[in-house]
Formats: sequence, structure tokens, C-alpha cells
Amino acid sequence: MFKKRHVLSMREFSRDEIDSVLDLAESLEPYARGGKCEALSGKILALLFFEPSTRTRLSFETAMMRLGGKTLSLGPAEGSAIAKGESLADTIRVIGAYADALVIRHPKEGSARLASQFSPVPVLNAGDGAGHHPTQTLLDLYTIRKESSLEDLKIALVGDLKYGRTVHSLAYALALYGADITLVSPPTLEMPAPIKSDLAGKGTMVRETHDLDEVIRNVDVLYVTRIQRERFPDPYEYQKVAKSYRIAPENLDGVQDGLIIMHPLPRVDEIAPEVDETGHALYFKQSFYGVPVRMALLKMLVGDRLD
Amino acid sequence: MKLRVTPIGNGTVIDHIPAGQALNVLKILGIDRTTEATISVLMNVTSRRSGKKDMVKVEDRELEEEEVNKISMIAPGATINIIRDCQVVEKYTVDMPDLIVGVLRCPNPSCISNTNEPIKSQLLVKSKNPVVLRCVYCEQPITEKIADYLI
Repeated sequence: MFKKRHVLSMREFSRDEIDSVLDLAESLEPYARGGKCEALSGKILALLFFEPSTRTRLSFETAMMRLGGKTLSLGPAEGSAIAKGESLADTIRVIGAYADALVIRHPKEGSARLASQFSPVPVLNAGDGAGHHPTQTLLDLYTIRKESSLEDLKIALVGDLKYGRTVHSLAYALALYGADITLVSPPTLEMPAPIKSDLAGKGTMVRETHDLDEVIRNVDVLYVTRIQRERFPDPYEYQKVAKSYRIAPENLDGVQDGLIIMHPLPRVDEIAPEVDETGHALYFKQSFYGVPVRMALLKMLVGDRLD
Repeated sequence: MKLRVTPIGNGTVIDHIPAGQALNVLKILGIDRTTEATISVLMNVTSRRSGKKDMVKVEDRELEEEEVNKISMIAPGATINIIRDCQVVEKYTVDMPDLIVGVLRCPNPSCISNTNEPIKSQLLVKSKNPVVLRCVYCEQPITEKIADYLI
């Protein structure tokens, strides 16, 4: 049963709550593909993006429109102008009075939580600095459930596991499903120790390796993230690391037939374009699944409320 | 060693503060140079229990349990004695509250609570021994050098 007023962090989701979102997303998928739906007709969603975003912003916008609602949006330029003079709290109070729900992306960690304290309407966190991005995690889980399985899942999380917020949230959520997780990263970008010990404390099997070849044939899902150039002071070091974690068709020899490769996008060099043509490439479909998942959240937060 | 400050008639005595933390205790209680109360601060006095300790006496003011409990973050074993007419009328050991509001700032410089927003810092107490706090906003944990983050 879903009784949340806001969606701020995956830490607050129980397995039952996740399942209820994914179930509703599944039933809304035909409407995400264009079927007529007026569930949120007359409702307005405000998109407050204080940082640039393409996929997340457009996906929320699409989700609201597919439900028959309308959106108004504050772009990064207006956002930064406001941020100079007005407190976020005031901006939220003002725009919260115009809309039925707010989506916020902001560079400061905890900004969505702050917004929820001042907003008269539900707040959805679309990324707060290096903090949380729960709707990304929910769409990742939806993709795994649809295209592989959340039961007895063997997954490898690959790339920047130190700074990548999506993998931290995803790892916590997968722990609720008892997944077998292998962490594959360069030594300098390993998952922070407190997160690993938290996961182990939840009874999750967590292994760690620096060698992708060691695990690629034994997993159901390969979740690849971008290794950012700016994390490496030495460009040569970056090239070396980026190359060793690049997925190309030749790396896929002997993998399981049902292996799916996911990526939160945008990708740069991590996955060769030739991989797109294989049946393993799921990242574009994954990106689309953001629409039904966000539709489900909007419907639960805006549509089904009696107050 | 004999104590160099005489007992107080009315007020609060905070005893068994770890040596070196008395000034932080004053900071937590909001006692600074503007105070008009009579305050005695004893530092590094001999303690049978812990070798050395600090002690703070606040005259003519009975501290609220809630404000005193904040002291537990830096002095978990401190005891509070409420004195009336030279008698100890109440004595207890400090206990950490479940939520610490406006006393410590979050150590994460990227946290929204460290900006000029109209909010007070809020830290959830996840564990009292050892002390593990977590920022309500950015969820970053604080486990050590807690006194460094006093506001």
C-alpha cells in the first residue's frame, strides 16, 4: 500500500511500496505508449530544474501529459537567477501554490527534503546533488522486473561506484530483494565502505572485483555507469581505466542468453554503439520505462488523494 | 585535590563532563559572554571515576531536561544535579534525544542545511553508543569529532 506524500529517497521505500509502484506502472504502460488517459486532467505539475537535465525532465513532462495533465517548468537559467536572490524555501512556497505537485532537481544535497517541508503539495526528488534520485532507481527496478527478474537476481554494478548516486540507491533497493551483487570498479572508484557494510548488514551477498571479464558470464544484469573524466587528474590514467571497462561485442562471448545491459544514460564510451544491435542492449528501453514509472508515482501522489 | 568552588544554593550542576569539554558544554547551553547568570567552570579537576573531569555550575537557573540532553553528544556520562536551597532535589544522567535540532551543523559542505535557507540543522540519532548521527537533509552520517560541528 502506498501512502507517501512525497518521493524523496529510496531509503524510505519498503519492498511492498516498491512493488505497488511497479504494479501500477505496468498497468499504465499502454497509456505511456499513447493510449488515451485523463486520470490527471486539470492537474498541473511544476518542474523545477536548478541543474540541467534532459531525460528526467522530459520523461516527467511526458508522464504528466500522458495522464492528461499539464506542466509548467522553471529552467536552469531562471532557476539560477532565483537561487541568487530568493531562498529555495520561498520559491517552493510560491510555486507550490500554482501546481498540484513539484518535481525538483537541485545541486545541493537534501534540497528535495527541504522542499517537502515547505511545499503545500507533493514533492518528487529528481536528483539532489550527489544525494538521491529515487525515480531513476524505480525505473531501473521496473526494467529488471520486466526484462529479467528481481527474484534470485545476479547483477554486476560496473563503473564509477564511488560518486555515482544511481548505483548507491539501486544497491540499497536490490538489497530488499536479496539480490546477489557484484561490484566492478577501478580501485579509485570503489563503492564507499559505509554503503558496503550497510548492504552486508541487510544480508545481501556483495562481492567486489576490478576485473569485468571475471563476472560478465555469470550475471543476469550488467548495470553500467559512466566513469567521468574529471575524476582523474591524469588523462592517461582515465584513458586506461575507461578502456578496461568499455563493453564491446567481443566482451559478450559466452554471456547468458538472457543477459541484459542497462545504463542510466547518457553514455559516452562505456558501451560501444555496436552493442546496441545485440539483444542484450536494454538502455533505451530502460529510458522509456521512466515514463510509466513516473506516471505511476504521479497518479499515486496527485490522482488518488482525497485531501 | 580539593574543589576550589563552593557549593551553590540554587541552580544546576553538570558533573562528570569529560576533561576538556566544559567550554563546549557552555556553547551547547548557549551560555556566552552576554550571560548575566553566575557560572562556575571547573576544568581538569580530580575525579575518582575517570581520573580528570570538568564541571559546570549555573546558579539560579534550572536547566530543562531537553536542553541538557544535548550535552550527551559530547559528554555521554555527564550527570545533572538540580539544586534548591542547597539540597539536590533531582539528579540524573544525560540521555541523548532522538533528534538534535539546531545544535550541530551537518559536516557535508554540499548539504542544503549549510546554506542560508530558513531552516535549522536536524540530526537524527541512529545510535547513542557509539554516537552515530545522521543529517535529516542529506543523510550524511556523523560519527566522530562531534564537538567540531557545534553551531
